[in-house]
Amino acid sequence: MEKPRVATKVAKGVAVGVVLALVLIPFLVIVSTSLASNREVVENGGWVLWPSDPSLRAYRTILDGGIVTKALGVSVGLTVVGTLFSLACTTFLAYALARPGVFGGKPVLLLILFTFLFPPGMIPAFLLVKGMGMMDTYAALVAPVLINVFNLIVLRGFFQGIPEELYEAARLDGAGDWQILWRIVLPLSKAALAVVSLFYAVSYWNAWFHASIYMESGHWPLSQVLRTYVIGGSQIADTGLSEAGMVSAPQTTQMAVLVIATVPILLVYPFLQKYFTKGVLTGAIKS
Amino acid sequence: MVPGLVYFLVFHYGAFVANAVAFKEYVPFDGLWASPWVGTENFSRMFGDPDFWHATWNTLFIAVLQLVFFFPAPLGLALLLHSLTSDLLRRFTQSVIYLPHFLSWVVVVALFQQVLSDTGLLNTFLSDSGLHTVDIIGNPDAYKPLVVIEVIWKDAGWGTIIFLAALMQVDEQLYEASAIDGAGPWRRFWHVTLPSIRPIVILLLIMRLGDILSVGFEQMLLQRQSVGPEVGEVLDTFVFWQGIVGGDTGYAAAAGLFKGVVGAVLVFTANRIAHRLGEQGVYK
Repeated sequence: MEKPRVATKVAKGVAVGVVLALVLIPFLVIVSTSLASNREVVENGGWVLWPSDPSLRAYRTILDGGIVTKALGVSVGLTVVGTLFSLACTTFLAYALARPGVFGGKPVLLLILFTFLFPPGMIPAFLLVKGMGMMDTYAALVAPVLINVFNLIVLRGFFQGIPEELYEAARLDGAGDWQILWRIVLPLSKAALAVVSLFYAVSYWNAWFHASIYMESGHWPLSQVLRTYVIGGSQIADTGLSEAGMVSAPQTTQMAVLVIATVPILLVYPFLQKYFTKGVLTGAIKS
Repeated sequence: MVPGLVYFLVFHYGAFVANAVAFKEYVPFDGLWASPWVGTENFSRMFGDPDFWHATWNTLFIAVLQLVFFFPAPLGLALLLHSLTSDLLRRFTQSVIYLPHFLSWVVVVALFQQVLSDTGLLNTFLSDSGLHTVDIIGNPDAYKPLVVIEVIWKDAGWGTIIFLAALMQVDEQLYEASAIDGAGPWRRFWHVTLPSIRPIVILLLIMRLGDILSVGFEQMLLQRQSVGPEVGEVLDTFVFWQGIVGGDTGYAAAAGLFKGVVGAVLVFTANRIAHRLGEQGVYK
């Protein structure tokens, strides 16, 4: 193909630059502001692009055993436990649905896909959780979202891509389903498992709505604290934050909470990013 | 496989059955099953409720805005990325634009408020430069465009994945052949690139249509307060306020069921139209 003209090149460069700036600048401002001193922030009108004297004071204040520390603990626990449960259940189900001749394979798959088209309503789900006596238990934050259909399809697609000969060879060697899953399928599916774990972990980490309706404020995860505290003016009364004297907290502190809520994602993201396209596409093609 | 099946039976089909509450007058003390049946009373009340129609109208309006502005955004971005000649730049840009997808709505909304509120980044900059400030957060007129811009910021980058994959599968020979026939870059784009990715665009469009009444529940719920229900209420938040905050359970369930049924009908219709047009659609 012939070389693109200079004008086209420049236009593309500008477009890419704008896109990058739109995504990156907000992050930069938030991190910078959280590191700046209160005075600098006020003088600058509420934000700082580059702190002149960076310090971790805002982080020390909020992590000093207050509500944020507790919420952080809840979020970490919820993310770890929830992801493990979800991953295990999704893997077993995906394996069963990927193998030919498992009882009821096709109808079961259709039943599951149907739920994708017809999601349960908010109110029935709420009544169900309430009726099962799960209010204010951490189970209420895991059980109703245990398996994500999209993740299930991604894993199933991946398992199906494993050559049939491997399964047969294992069978001849006398391996049962558990052994095949553990020794052959899982080690070969690391990429897909990584993507699915990330998706689950992110959704547990980010979850706030269920926490806001099912949990008492003492058991809130970080997102819900963030919502009450940074976005503020929310309708769910008595957050316990006013007692802690944090409602009118300075900008630096608010930004610090934002950073804490985002950092774990930024940490795992680079390691898993290379699997995205592969993982997402396996799912998309099958559906 | 058992725990997974139990999950689907309880939380999806169980909830499906619990939709029966839409035809009941829910009495918390009696629980779901003992509450008295009221037939379609909840539905007739709903259709006579101006608040419900407000929410429906807002939902549709935002949905159409999203369809017009958000839906093509990933496609445009993907085309831009695909046309970049530098591999390094393309990969870097991809990594950056996927990122917002992984932030929670709480973080995204907080971010936008920090930038756009009356004391935020933009207005500070405007007043420092001696310009007029603009009220964006809390301005009812700006609400609907704002929520669409937020969605674009958050998910347009993520949406490029599927289009990029489709673009990669376009046969390189087609480009060469048309170049030899004298087609310039624009003609090649129009006659080779676009037709090649048409099936995937239509597929995504159908899926979007089925979901059209769900216009970002968490996002709306987080921001409804700042502009009030008049402009900020959508069907999902309507269900939430009536049922979970207001305790009018049967009524809210009716509205939720209405939404679900309309969504399913839309998917069937869109899929049928796709088949008529000779496309594959979501299912056969």
